Amino acid sequence: MSIVEILFYVFAVFLVTAAVGVITARNPVHCALFLVLAFFHSAVIWLLMEAEFLAIVLMLVYVGAVMVLFLFVVMMLDVNIAALREGFTRYAPLGILVAALVKSLGGASPEATVSVAVEGYSNTRALGELLYTKYLYPFELAAVLLLVAIVAAIALTMRHRAGLKAQDIAGQVSVRAKDRVRIVKMPAETER
Amino acid sequence: MIPLHSVLLLAGVLFALSVAGIFLNRKNVILLLMCIELMLLAVNFNFVAFAHQLGDLHGQVFVFFIMTVAAAESAIGLAILVVLFRERRTIDVEDLDTMKG
Repeated sequence: MSIVEILFYVFAVFLVTAAVGVITARNPVHCALFLVLAFFHSAVIWLLMEAEFLAIVLMLVYVGAVMVLFLFVVMMLDVNIAALREGFTRYAPLGILVAALVKSLGGASPEATVSVAVEGYSNTRALGELLYTKYLYPFELAAVLLLVAIVAAIALTMRHRAGLKAQDIAGQVSVRAKDRVRIVKMPAETER
Repeated sequence: MIPLHSVLLLAGVLFALSVAGIFLNRKNVILLLMCIELMLLAVNFNFVAFAHQLGDLHGQVFVFFIMTVAAAESAIGLAILVVLFRERRTIDVEDLDTMKG
């Protein structure tokens, strides 16, 4: 058993432990932190499987952005945890049954072959060459998708509070003289 | 060299755990979203394992796209969750029965 294999099994055990923590921890903040731990160990395993770029992206995007977003939402919402934990033990047999069913669907795996790791090979470079030539169109679609996600997230969470003192630029620009000036006709007053 | 079947077993265990998590935590929407993230991670494991096994980078490109979609999905999902909590003051799935489903 090589050192890579031993490291893989060690980190796999940690990863499964973290995943169990995600689904059983009482506090949602603990769940999010267990998920961060799971992503860390996944990144290490991906490094062992020579997917260096994806391991770094997993750290930057998931741990750095997505999980921070999760933690932010978990901490922002004032949720009654105890009420949400009701029925955990009631659903536990069902959960175990479903997990066992899903696991039993697995089949045989193909025989192992030897992968090639040439000296001077860069995973990032190879992936970039593939991504910017063959997958250029899907890559741009992914960019558009992210843009849509940004716009949707901002549009959903933007709140218009009543009584907020802020400039309405569009209203200021589009104002006309007749909106502001009122010409009143009245008879001239004379002294008696 | 990591044997392929161990990686596939690990991915399967991860996926099964996240499915079990969806059934266990079926009241809290945030935990459901976290379990979906874990599920996508398990699927990505398969792609990376086969890309490594077959010496083919296309699998890693797919992982890249899955991660993009997952990031967009969680951002919009959490935004919907925040709006939902503002309106209803709860994130319990069983209270969200306005459509009588």
